Amino acid sequence: MDMGSISPELLLASLMVAATPILLAALGELVVERAGVLNLGVEGMMITGAICGFAVAVNSGSPAFGFVAAAGGGAVLALLFAALTQVALANQVASGLALTLFGLGLSSLLGQGYVGIKPPPVARLDIPLLGDIPFLGRVLFSHDLMVYFGLALVGLIWWMLKYSRAGLILRAVGENHDAAHALGYKVVRIRVAAILFGGACAGLGGAYISLIRVPQWTEGMTAGAGWIALALVVFASWKAGRVLLGAWLFGGVTVLQLNLQAAGFAIPVEYLSMSPYLITILVLVIMAGDKSRAPASLGRIFHASQ
Amino acid sequence: MKAASHCRRHRHCATEEGESTCRPPSGDNRVTTPLLSISGLTKAYPGVVANDAVSFDIIEGEVHALLGENGAGKSTLVKMIYGLVKPDSGAMTLHGAPYTPPDPHAARKAGVAMVFQHFSLFEAMSVAENVALGMEEPPRLRDLATRIREVSETYGLPLDPGRIVGDLSAGERQRVEIIRCLLQEPRLLIMDEPTSVLTPQEVEILFQTLRKLSAEGVAILYISHKLEEIRSLCDQATILRQGRNVGTCLPRETSAREMAEMMVGSSFAAPERAPRAPGEVALEITGLSVASPSAFGTALKDIHLSVQAGEILGLGGVAGNGQDELLAALSGELPSDAEAIRLHGTAVGRFGPTARRGLGLLAAPEERLGHAAAPDMSLTENAFLTGAQRENLTARGFIRWGAARAFARAIIERFDVRTPGPDVAARALSGGNLQKFVIGREVLQRPRVLVVNQPTWGVDAAAAAAIRQALLDLAANGAAILCISQDLDELMEISDRFGALNEGRLSEIRPAQDLNVEEIGLMMGGAHGMEVAHV
Repeated sequence: MDMGSISPELLLASLMVAATPILLAALGELVVERAGVLNLGVEGMMITGAICGFAVAVNSGSPAFGFVAAAGGGAVLALLFAALTQVALANQVASGLALTLFGLGLSSLLGQGYVGIKPPPVARLDIPLLGDIPFLGRVLFSHDLMVYFGLALVGLIWWMLKYSRAGLILRAVGENHDAAHALGYKVVRIRVAAILFGGACAGLGGAYISLIRVPQWTEGMTAGAGWIALALVVFASWKAGRVLLGAWLFGGVTVLQLNLQAAGFAIPVEYLSMSPYLITILVLVIMAGDKSRAPASLGRIFHASQ
Repeated sequence: MKAASHCRRHRHCATEEGESTCRPPSGDNRVTTPLLSISGLTKAYPGVVANDAVSFDIIEGEVHALLGENGAGKSTLVKMIYGLVKPDSGAMTLHGAPYTPPDPHAARKAGVAMVFQHFSLFEAMSVAENVALGMEEPPRLRDLATRIREVSETYGLPLDPGRIVGDLSAGERQRVEIIRCLLQEPRLLIMDEPTSVLTPQEVEILFQTLRKLSAEGVAILYISHKLEEIRSLCDQATILRQGRNVGTCLPRETSAREMAEMMVGSSFAAPERAPRAPGEVALEITGLSVASPSAFGTALKDIHLSVQAGEILGLGGVAGNGQDELLAALSGELPSDAEAIRLHGTAVGRFGPTARRGLGLLAAPEERLGHAAAPDMSLTENAFLTGAQRENLTARGFIRWGAARAFARAIIERFDVRTPGPDVAARALSGGNLQKFVIGREVLQRPRVLVVNQPTWGVDAAAAAAIRQALLDLAANGAAILCISQDLDELMEISDRFGALNEGRLSEIRPAQDLNVEEIGLMMGGAHGMEVAHV
């Protein structure tokens, strides 16, 4: 065992990268759930985004196109969910589970020709001056654009939910859809928009795994990240800031356990592999002990009767 | 009858010259241009015509009552005025111009505001956020908070803009709705059953606010079941029955009884009270304190009461002051200290609902669909659910379907439940019919103690009278009845003694006969800090 081989600088830097996919997916799901919809299809939308992004990036040679396609792919799958739950008034839990299974199958079908291919590399931002700060420069200022996009999205969603009129209406729809309808807000339209946004974010998260974090395509490569994102939203009490904290925690423990495995730490690998899930859930459960609660209309079917 | 001459059938109004005979007396110095004119509004839903060619006018500064039984089409009509429902045919004019609001935003822009019967509020949000959601172009939240304070003080409805609505009492929630409307300076204010959750003192203050608004020229369309309130507040009344405008009257000159009969379309018998002698104590509650299972519920604090056999104890109070919790604690859904509840001397506080039913303590909760009855199950199954034990509807663990169906039929027959048969799903019954069924189901099980919460909520006058009569008969046969209700007239009609719940505490219990409205209001918590309008 050699603990000295674990560098805190590298550890923190790779934490930011490891946290980004679940951060993006969880932020999308946060907006969806704040609008009162429970979409359990995050895993399916992530993996669909992963293959759509991968395929387009390989064929076009541009990772940027890849990410756009990933967001589009996730949103298209989410549109299916929206049609089922908002128009056909199907059960949200069942539709979400079906979406995950469908997404997993669809992605392996689409990905058959892409196994073993390397995607075009994504450039890291080289921020002059800031990137040269010792330690912090390496940890904070030497990542790709998507890491910063994720961080910006946290701020944007927090601001929108707290201060903007659009955020207020979104929360109102999630809190009491009958009252929102009575006041004249278009509940179904707002929810469909939220679901599409959630799908696009999940798609981006998936593509981040296949294009940057791994980077290659294998079947089922999201490996439960969508479920972690779902759990994260609940344990983060539907707050954007806490989602970021949870994602960093999960990313941090994931990276740490990989490092510990590499360093030959004397604990069975299985324990190390399950540790990120366990620790993240434990910490978030403790944090969720305050008064905040789920949006009151979460998962309930809305029908404008009379 | 002198009053009857003021009650004119609608057709007469239409044929007489102008409509001046239907207006307030001309000595009243009001502007008499119609603000909103409705003609021939019709709206049909599959299987039911909610509004059938309804026409009437609302004048500026007038308080206009809209009367009718449940299902008479009042809600559909005001939803059309507020832009929530599109009429199939007919026309409206506002200020003389055609008025066809496609949605509530357009209605609000045109100066129409509405206070909803079931609050359109968001519990987890602050007062200011709730108000902002009901406005078209709300100012920034900080400026809005200032304006909420100003308006709320002007009209004597104190309100803290920063508080979370879920923590407010029912009366305070209604202030939020009213202030949301007032901030938009409406020309027409629609109020759907606004006083059902207020104490008499709060009602009086609300009326002063409304009179003030009406003096400023705001027209008010006022929906209520409470005929005495309408008599004291409204200038004009339009009565709907089965979607049709069946007449107008001047409420001040028409008796409540006459208005009720116009609503129902026939006369009905008022419940009669047979003399009865209270016996031994059947139910005794001492020091009952339980926490509420729901986040925004009310905990019960140190409740003491006793009900004798053959007696009806009425418990009033504004909704959300512990009524649901008290029912749950008595039915056995919410366990308490064993000694806190005694049934004929047996401590039952720890018993579940089945054990309590076995001992003769039965309960009928307020929420018909989902609590008192399982909506998607048939009436037979619903009858079985609470009656299995006392009516011997099982044999060696199997359901005796024949007996269950016979029990359901007996309820349907005895309580005049209008339904094709016992195999119909509970959901398919109208509110009044299902209420008769769930009350009848408990009454027929010969309870020794019956606890009911809101036994006639949302039930038409004839059905309500039948249910009250059943409760009186049950008491006359020696059962002890605890009746929780927000309908004070009902409680005065049937109860021997009266108490009120206020924030989970029970007031002193007093004989019902010598109470006046003023005293009852104080028992319910008085005006809860409301004041008379200052302008």
